[in-house]
Amino acid sequence: MAEAPAKRITDIGPPHHKKFLPPVILNNYGKWKYHEIPRPGVLLHVGETGDKLWSVRAASPRLIAIDTLRWYADLADKYAGGHLRFTSRNNVEFLVTEEKNVDPLIAELTAAGYPVGGTGNAISNIVHTQGWVHCHSAATDASGIVKCVMDELTPYFTSMKLPGKLRIALACCLNMCGAVHCSDIAILGIHRHAPAIKHDQVKKVCEIPSVVAACPTAAIRPATVEGNASVEVIEENCMYCANCYTVCPAMPLNDPDTDGVSIWVGGKVSNARTEPRFSKLAIPFLPNNPPRWPEVTEVVKKLVELWAADARKYERMGDWIERIGWPRFFKLAGIEFQKQHIDDFKHAGLTFKRSTHIRFDKA
Amino acid sequence: MAKVPTPKLDELEKGPWPSFVTEIKKRADKHAACSDLLGILERSYNEKIGHWKHGGIVGVFGYGGGVIGRYCDLPEDFPGVAHFHTMRVNMPAAWFYTSEAIRTLCDIWEKHGSGLTNMHGSTGDIIFLGCRTEDLEPCFAELAEAGFDLGGSGSDLRTPSCCCGMARCEWACYDTMGFCYEMTQHFQDELHRPAFPYKFKIKAAGCPNDCVASIARADLSVIGNWRDNIQIDAAEVTNYAKAGLDIAADVVNNCPGQCIRWDGKTLTIKDEDCKHCMHCINVMPKALRPGKERGATLLLGSKAPIMEGALLSSVLVPFIEMEEPYDDIKELIEAIWEVWCEDGKNRERVGEFIQRVGMGNFLEAIGLEPDPNMVAHPRENPYVFYNLNEEEESDE
Repeated sequence: MAEAPAKRITDIGPPHHKKFLPPVILNNYGKWKYHEIPRPGVLLHVGETGDKLWSVRAASPRLIAIDTLRWYADLADKYAGGHLRFTSRNNVEFLVTEEKNVDPLIAELTAAGYPVGGTGNAISNIVHTQGWVHCHSAATDASGIVKCVMDELTPYFTSMKLPGKLRIALACCLNMCGAVHCSDIAILGIHRHAPAIKHDQVKKVCEIPSVVAACPTAAIRPATVEGNASVEVIEENCMYCANCYTVCPAMPLNDPDTDGVSIWVGGKVSNARTEPRFSKLAIPFLPNNPPRWPEVTEVVKKLVELWAADARKYERMGDWIERIGWPRFFKLAGIEFQKQHIDDFKHAGLTFKRSTHIRFDKA
Repeated sequence: MAKVPTPKLDELEKGPWPSFVTEIKKRADKHAACSDLLGILERSYNEKIGHWKHGGIVGVFGYGGGVIGRYCDLPEDFPGVAHFHTMRVNMPAAWFYTSEAIRTLCDIWEKHGSGLTNMHGSTGDIIFLGCRTEDLEPCFAELAEAGFDLGGSGSDLRTPSCCCGMARCEWACYDTMGFCYEMTQHFQDELHRPAFPYKFKIKAAGCPNDCVASIARADLSVIGNWRDNIQIDAAEVTNYAKAGLDIAADVVNNCPGQCIRWDGKTLTIKDEDCKHCMHCINVMPKALRPGKERGATLLLGSKAPIMEGALLSSVLVPFIEMEEPYDDIKELIEAIWEVWCEDGKNRERVGEFIQRVGMGNFLEAIGLEPDPNMVAHPRENPYVFYNLNEEEESDE
């Protein structure tokens, strides 16, 4: 380790945001009157003062080189008085006060391969995680799948023709970093194999009681194996969540043959019309098939198109499924309903059908 | 370029969406970490498995969090990513930057790391992706000189984040950015030096649209709300109708409180039945606005599935006024932390802690009265606890 420098600056927190806000925002802070979406990817905010601000939103791969960031800075200087921001879905936005700059900025972004869009009833960016780029517990990659899915769905990013918003998220393992548990469509990396235990390592690198306590289904217990103080896994109780691996490096679950992807649908976080909802399991397993993940991409596109064709105005994926019912959703989506779809964890009974409100498709 | 061929990754440079592979390649000739990242990722794509070793405990002096250590498991083949640590840098509220600030960050990261970033991590931080252990201290020192600090990681207060609120939204019911900044500054110690049973996240949304997904991604979700009447501009309602908006179908029929009437001329709202869902305001932003008596609803406990299942935050305080310096909220947060730090188990999120000890007991411990707004419905089972004192019990 390096020597600690004599004089250290700590606990200063982030810079104050007002240092970075453009004058038009400082002048209208808390005094905006209304906004419009003049075209896909452009927001127009009008203040009580009559001041106008155009925000131009462009796609971003989230994993960005500093070369691209510097180019963003140049664009901001050229068209937006040096002001830009990033959104909560990792798009980049340029804050433009002169209307004449909007079109040239869009032209320059588009020409460079950064589509402008993601506003209104569109499919905006995919909230995603680290995958094989940086994470030790990933059951799938993040950036790769996101790129493939958005290549298919870019026309929905650059337009606003959907019934409502549709949010897609991806997490590379059950930790579900990001927004997978509350998105219209979610892609989740999963394992299907119990951990391999390196019995000679457990005692050296893990705290056994913490490992036992880390299992949601109590499948792990202390054991002496081949003379080593270790743990054993009751395999029929293990559902491969990998929480034991999170606390114990000697219990890896990653397996190229059995790892893959599950698909979830119907979550939302906004309170508009209906309350926030969790995403529910639609497809228990699809294989990892790099670099293009065709099975995953095809399914996501199909679900988007199914919803877009059948949903009513403003109806989110979950609202739509709630209206037509899950049996019809599975039928329309051509997804085989399997035992894996039926909850069997803790309060599972609350998810069973407890009425005779059943629609029979006789045709 | 990568030192080895990358046919699979090259495939991901095709297509209309901006490519992360192209981003890495921009740096491949400039930094060994980037060329070797391409190599090791191609290996992962061929083998369908990650190549990062478990964990890694690195950091900077004085802090217990902010850096995620990472080592690859093929250091002989890919020495450039033998160390590939991530630094989390606390972003300015709502991710507003000047071009100068962006360039400052780029210059620092070019000097000390791979030059790859995530803009941004899901909790909100600027992610400096990939450096060696010996780079951490000098990079941190230079960031601090430039006015930037690290964000959170581990069992601490994670970096608070917020929607753009009053900076660029007519619906913001409080100053989300001011609140986010104040919380971040006030709790710097809790953010930098992990002292909790597990992580704790705060997110601030200006209205029930919840553009930072606080209800799903923060232990404490602060969601803007109002408690008086929705403001109606009758002339603008008429303009929407004239412009072809089907108010009956699009607005009235979608109202979950069934509290809006439209007789073809006048729009009326029975506000005591309004659920504050935002739908009518979202559809007619020029005509309808949140009320004037504004504040926030505080909700607690959201988390991802591990261990006991995913949770959404639930109502803790139905309405609170949001006035700087937010002393009442700071006190409430401290009361929550005191109870949870005392009795919470190792790696038990506050939402799971409440499930275990009971919401009623938790409310008592933090000094809040039960409120029917806290529940979707009262309990359905009769397994009710009472704590009658011994004197009453001995009267039998």
